[in-house]
Amino acid sequence: MIVANGKPLEEIIGVVKGHRKILVAGCNECVTVCEVGGTKEVGILASALRLHFLNQGVEAQVGETTLQRQCDREYVVGARVTVEPYEIVVSVACGVGCQFMAEEYNKVPVVPGVDTSFMGGALERGVWSERCQGCGTCLLAKTAGICPVSRCAKRVLNGPCGGSTKGKCEISKDVDCAWQLIVDRLSSLGRMEDYEVLTPIKDWSTDRAGGPRMRIKEEVAS
Amino acid sequence: MSATTPSKLEKMLKAGHQAVTSECGPPRGSDAEAIKEKARMIKDHVDAINITDNQTSVTRLCSLAACIHLKLAGLDPILQMVTRDRNRIAIQSDILGAASFDIHNILCLSGDHQSFGDCAAGQNVHDLDSMQLIQTVRHMRDEGKFLGGEDIKRPPSMFVGAAANPFADPYEIRVPRLAKKVAAGVEFIQTQCIFNLDKFERWMGEARDRGLLEKVYILAGLTPLKSAGMAKYMKNRVPGMDVPDEVVARIAGVPKEKQAEEGIKMCIEAIQRLKEVPGVAGFHVMAIEWEEKVPEIVEGGGLYPRPKLD
Repeated sequence: MIVANGKPLEEIIGVVKGHRKILVAGCNECVTVCEVGGTKEVGILASALRLHFLNQGVEAQVGETTLQRQCDREYVVGARVTVEPYEIVVSVACGVGCQFMAEEYNKVPVVPGVDTSFMGGALERGVWSERCQGCGTCLLAKTAGICPVSRCAKRVLNGPCGGSTKGKCEISKDVDCAWQLIVDRLSSLGRMEDYEVLTPIKDWSTDRAGGPRMRIKEEVAS
Repeated sequence: MSATTPSKLEKMLKAGHQAVTSECGPPRGSDAEAIKEKARMIKDHVDAINITDNQTSVTRLCSLAACIHLKLAGLDPILQMVTRDRNRIAIQSDILGAASFDIHNILCLSGDHQSFGDCAAGQNVHDLDSMQLIQTVRHMRDEGKFLGGEDIKRPPSMFVGAAANPFADPYEIRVPRLAKKVAAGVEFIQTQCIFNLDKFERWMGEARDRGLLEKVYILAGLTPLKSAGMAKYMKNRVPGMDVPDEVVARIAGVPKEKQAEEGIKMCIEAIQRLKEVPGVAGFHVMAIEWEEKVPEIVEGGGLYPRPKLD
């Protein structure tokens, strides 16, 4: 899923101040699962904003809505009746959802209520960890199923670097060394000979480096 | 074995002499006198001088310019190049720039993470990794071609080195990793600072058993400790460093004003011991901001005067 962090309330207040009709818009997908932008968090943020305006003696209307998917035009368009009465939308979906909303509603400012961070998964309740950077050319078959692009601080493809200590990365004792994990897994798979295969220079043109990316599935695209 | 490049270091090694290299860190400013002065202090005692490339990710005068200053002063610099700060365009371009000044040695590194330095908020590049940088230099030199496939007019002629850390984890791949660098085309290795001599010797033994020492020259990396504080810092704070307790205890066991002297003594003793280890092709003395001690260490280690090449 896409994992995000809630922005500090002060930052959101700084952006919406001056407006009197504010809609907090959540999303039922990734941000709900990572507990930052679902119906529950929309309610919490809306309450906090109402409390702020109340304390300031300002009369403001703070509405709440949660779309099925903000990254899907069908749902974004379907929210028109809800969205258009408002002066500003605080989207607590990921950066994709926030932009899809902004693209549809060109008369209403749409601002982010979260900082979108990474593609990852939940290790346990309340703990999410990065697993993919969408480089566009998956290497997992060669690296025992552990991604050095997203999990190595230097995205070293022939690692580990000299900074690996006791299974941890040089940047922090809290970060696993991806190459330690790769070596451990190659070892448990009985494939240590694969370690010595040099990974060639990577074609990064399928990555962010190649510019904004698009995928078209011909058989379903109209 | 005949040398393939005009590198003095390569000639020294291929003539069968134990080589001596050292390193100088460029200044945090544009006055080149600082680096030239450091180099003057050590030039008669070493065969080649590494110039670090924004080490520990702290921004400094660039390695390439510093190498040019040394080259113009008649010395044999080793261009350290990290993959952290350059993409493959900048890397190939800087290699050609160095080659245009007849800089004949390069050390291929990934570089410390930028979070250690003065630009922790910066991006890192890592378009290539250190092994792929080795391959790139060898490709440019041996095939005379750019990565893009076009011919290079007057290709670089560089002796290609890399680092190896016999102490980093996981230990089980330390020798396979060296084998991988050899397969990538590395010709000399400068190791991480050796304080755990037993472990280094074990690594050398395993490398020898795999036949790697016939394919690559290993220069043992040594750093004199200035104080017990430095020993503890390196033990506890520097990633990938193995400083055994007895090393810390020995330097901590002498009075503070004698610790620097003890550190030099320990470094010299390490050279004397490692000189006898089969396959140790030379020494890389990293006297961090203590370059003036390099001559004393080299002399104490019995590596002076440096052999003359024909």
